[in-house]
Amino acid sequence: MTETRAISLVVNGQPRGATVEMRTTLVDFLREELRLTGTHVGCEQGVCGACTVLVDGEPVRGCLLLAVQADGTRVETVEGLAPDLEHLTPLQAEFVRHHGVQCGFCTGGILMSLTASLRDNPRPTEAEIRNTLAGHLCRCTGYQGMVDAVLALAAGAEPAP
Amino acid sequence: MKPPRFSYHDPATVEEALGLLAAHGDAARVLAGGQSLMPMLNFRLARPGHVIDVNRVAALATVSPGPDRGLRIGALVRQRTLERSPLIRERCPMIGQAMPFVGHPQIRTRGTLGGSLAHADPAAELPAVMVALGARLTLRSARGQRTVAAEDFFVTALTTALAPDELLTEVALPPWPARTGSSVQEVAIRLGDFALGGVAAALTLDAQGRVAGARVVCFGVGPRPLRAADAERSLLGGAPSAAALAEAGRLASAAVDPSDDIHASGAYRRRLAGVLTTRALAASLATAAARAA
Amino acid sequence: MTKGGYIGAPIPRREDARLLTGRGTFVDDLEVPGVAHAAMVRSPHAHARVRRIDTEAARALPGVLAIVTAEDIADIQKPWPARMPSPVPGTSVRHGVRHTLPVVKVRHAGEVVAVVVAESRALAEDARDLVEVKYEVLPAVATAAAALAPGASLVYEELGDNIAAHIIQRVGHPERAFASADHTLRETFRVMRGGSHSMEGRAVVARYDEALDSFTVWDATQAPHAIRAMLAYLFDLPEHRVRVIAPPDVGGGLGPKTSFYPEEALVCWLARHLRRPVKWIEDRLEHFMSAAQEREQIHTVEIAFTKDGALLALRDVFTHDVGMYGALIAPVITACTVPGPYRVTNIHSEFRAAYTNLPPTAAVRGAGRPQGVLVMERMMDRMAETLGLDPAEVRFRNLIPADAFPYPVGMVFRDGAPLTYDSGDYPELLRRALEIADYPRARREQAELRAQGRHRGIGVAICVEGVGLGPFEGAILRLDSRGRVVVTSGAPPQGQGYQTAFAQIAADMVGVRLDDVDVVTGDTGAIPYGIGSFASRVTANAGPAIAQAGGDLRQKILAVAAHLLEAAAADLEIVEGAVRVRGLPDRGVPLAQVARLGNGGVAFGMVMPGGLKVGLEASAYFAPSQAGYSASAHVCILDVDSDTGEVAIVRYVVGHDCGNVINPLIVEGQILGGVAHGLSNALYEEAFYDSEGQNLASTFLDYPLPSAREMPRIEMFHLTTPSPINPLGVKGAGEAGTLPVPAAVAGAVEDALRPFGVRVNRMPLNPARISDLIHRA
Repeated sequence: MTETRAISLVVNGQPRGATVEMRTTLVDFLREELRLTGTHVGCEQGVCGACTVLVDGEPVRGCLLLAVQADGTRVETVEGLAPDLEHLTPLQAEFVRHHGVQCGFCTGGILMSLTASLRDNPRPTEAEIRNTLAGHLCRCTGYQGMVDAVLALAAGAEPAP
Repeated sequence: MKPPRFSYHDPATVEEALGLLAAHGDAARVLAGGQSLMPMLNFRLARPGHVIDVNRVAALATVSPGPDRGLRIGALVRQRTLERSPLIRERCPMIGQAMPFVGHPQIRTRGTLGGSLAHADPAAELPAVMVALGARLTLRSARGQRTVAAEDFFVTALTTALAPDELLTEVALPPWPARTGSSVQEVAIRLGDFALGGVAAALTLDAQGRVAGARVVCFGVGPRPLRAADAERSLLGGAPSAAALAEAGRLASAAVDPSDDIHASGAYRRRLAGVLTTRALAASLATAAARAA
Repeated sequence: MTKGGYIGAPIPRREDARLLTGRGTFVDDLEVPGVAHAAMVRSPHAHARVRRIDTEAARALPGVLAIVTAEDIADIQKPWPARMPSPVPGTSVRHGVRHTLPVVKVRHAGEVVAVVVAESRALAEDARDLVEVKYEVLPAVATAAAALAPGASLVYEELGDNIAAHIIQRVGHPERAFASADHTLRETFRVMRGGSHSMEGRAVVARYDEALDSFTVWDATQAPHAIRAMLAYLFDLPEHRVRVIAPPDVGGGLGPKTSFYPEEALVCWLARHLRRPVKWIEDRLEHFMSAAQEREQIHTVEIAFTKDGALLALRDVFTHDVGMYGALIAPVITACTVPGPYRVTNIHSEFRAAYTNLPPTAAVRGAGRPQGVLVMERMMDRMAETLGLDPAEVRFRNLIPADAFPYPVGMVFRDGAPLTYDSGDYPELLRRALEIADYPRARREQAELRAQGRHRGIGVAICVEGVGLGPFEGAILRLDSRGRVVVTSGAPPQGQGYQTAFAQIAADMVGVRLDDVDVVTGDTGAIPYGIGSFASRVTANAGPAIAQAGGDLRQKILAVAAHLLEAAAADLEIVEGAVRVRGLPDRGVPLAQVARLGNGGVAFGMVMPGGLKVGLEASAYFAPSQAGYSASAHVCILDVDSDTGEVAIVRYVVGHDCGNVINPLIVEGQILGGVAHGLSNALYEEAFYDSEGQNLASTFLDYPLPSAREMPRIEMFHLTTPSPINPLGVKGAGEAGTLPVPAAVAGAVEDALRPFGVRVNRMPLNPARISDLIHRA
């Protein structure tokens, strides 16, 4: 007995459809079915943040959402940020400049959380940046490079209207 | 791990949801924000035969003014909305004070008020806030409807007054009294994690500046949020002096009986209840005078 | 040596673009057509005999492909070979014999007893739920103390007790020194560490090729050659028929991914059995339950000193929990770390490592050093207090001076070589850390705040860290037919940036542009010998190997180009992807053309001229004569809320000396990451087990790791005392950040709470424990 349902959603601007098992989480659907492996699974509990994607513009834990719950939504993952390796977004470019990445496992989720919060607040303070990052665990970097990357981005950004 | 198999239902109306609960009762779990239930499913700690996803029931997601400048908050209202809603901020400042302690921004996107209350984790903030506010919870089932005071809703750890076929649909908050200030104080190993101990408090002053009302609710120090009634009573009618607040703290400390666990001794939690009570009352006092009618 | 100027430059990483755009290739990201998914059946009991495993109901589930138990895999159930022997001459490790699946009994909660393979992980877990295992539960020992107590239940019956090792090292005449000293102090410290919790857990995919009777194993491992050796042994295969590849992206290692695990053998066995690739991805709970960890040490330490604060002798006796299996890496390193940067010529160091019914142990970033640093630095603080001296001053009075190198401590390090510090300037390191922290002003502010009833504390910690240990690491450099330099090394990265740092060395030594260099790592099929990435060893081993091979390759390139250009090699230079005659920029030949001739011209229609050796390839294995020694000094300034026990770090200064630096950006990142881990060990994460060996903190909610919000901004500076051990003068930096943090934080908290008479002897701390210390003092 496998209960499945057909879902359709927009992922990184592309309409996608699939038939999924009810119990499949969104992150497993993105990774296995759509082969968008830039989002990772770190704890299945909602604490580490590696699975964070944007659903209708808001950051959510992909491990705590069923794929069927994303039916009809607009999902954004890390793969949708830059068009290709040669054209990184300003946020990604600052991450490179400030060494905000080491193993890269947590990076996708972090970029999505930052993308959402920077849309609301393009010039965050250090405290605000650390607040956004509070929902993410990284065991490699100590976070300082990421914080510096966002501060550099903010310094060059226009204030919010 | 991966979730076990379950039958999935996503009703669009409250009636549909209640019908499903009536049909499946004990074998069903309500899925709201998912921030508590999904980990349990992922770890196979919960194995419901039926998952009733209420996220499509728009009727549960509204915030509306209640009678006499009170507030009605639907169970499905997201914690993010609790943080940002101007109406909630205006009519019930304590909720906004609690939100920075509740998880992380990414959790609050999906987590709901009703979900947090129904989950009833002893170290969670929102249950204590509801008790402190004197909230009344509406529980509906196919059999009918009843309202329960928040104080009576939380039975013990992870256990509420909800019957297996009941759905928490709405939380009603009384009007915020004039000259009332509030505060939520908490200590956790990491901000956003479950509390080692916390206090939600409110103080109402009369025109002469004496205490006309006091609420002190401790959380994380027992199986359910605890109103420190002795502490509250000790403040009534008197001047909110430093000594009075300190005494209230001592009484709150005496009212709780927390046990040891791997993170903290019961003795610590008992002391913390007192410290945070005094601090919460002092912070409440600071804003009470400013809140005229 | 640095022709191109890449070595030493803070070059942004070449790895980053793919990781930032979601194109990383972690094991679970790899597309493996036909892959089947394994789920491990794990014992819930810490110590038990397996009486019966009932798999019938599980087998019947659609989508289940296989369920195997110890009997099924009898052909690979050889006893695992002994782990590393004791490095200290005259001592030995007493090995408990274990197998891939338990033969006699289960020895830790979480140990694999059976495996289910199905079309999906979810289905495999559905089937796992139906597997019934009948256990006969045995009493467990869950601490070293319990394991060492008389009459304790035995983890390995054949040993007669639970002692894995009892190792003593002595220098000078400690008893005499203690007897005649002005002062002695004695304290007991307890330190609990924890797991690695790299964000990616363990992960392995195995494919069996029937025609070649060989395995290809994609493994998120830090030591592919070691894994290959174990698999070859268990499967009775020659090593060239087992290929282990750590993919270009591994999501953190931090130590435990160096070990060999039953899951790796099981996945291979199943792939061969099913004739389908099989994948196993560790989930977080499994990582808590069964990945290697570091856990508890309890030290009773004594120092003897003069009334002027000069150390005379050190006696450190400690216990170490090995778990049901593990090497002695961490405790040997602890023992060797305690003397630290101080002159102390009389040492008695003794430890008992005990087997327990807890998960296996390995080194976790820091590898026993944080415990050693904590012990010594706490005693230095206590000595200062006893003598009424400033804690920084007392350290200065004992630091090994800058002109005393190489400095022999007198002990044997974990590599079996004498513990000899190669280079360093500890007084300058400490002096500068204090200067940046504005120590005198910090003390004045402390006094002012104290007068206001606020509890500000300052902690100072300085330590030495053995790094760069051998036995070797290798590099093969070749110029391929595209004219690109390909660097192949055995040590795989888990975020350390080898794709950039190795390329920097190669580019400088060969004389090409950074962009013309490709780096291949972690593939046993690409380089025959390798040790692995751990112990802060890779830069100091692989680095010199790459440099050596790079220089050799350059000579070969010039020899071939000399023939093509009809010039003397000495007159040639490599510029912009071509070899040309110096001073005659028009007389040049692209590297691709040099490669075509050098790599066997006939294939490209050219003739191999007599005398020219075929193959533009050079390989080198660098074997350091000994480990190198980096050093760190930390100053921690914090406030303690004495009512709630909460700690707020006001300033955190880190000084670090890892010799010459290949890429400062990468080194800084390593230090910062290490400091975060150290801070976690000081104030956040803690492993908890009950007396029956049950893990009481097995999710991130009970086992907190700091996020960016918990981290203070770290102020960092570098000192450079090049290492004489290798031509690059490099040491190691991967773990350094973790070492002094618990000591600095413990010192600062104790300093802050001095008015209460608080003593910090147990780590980690949290608000509750700090508050309890105040109330009990």
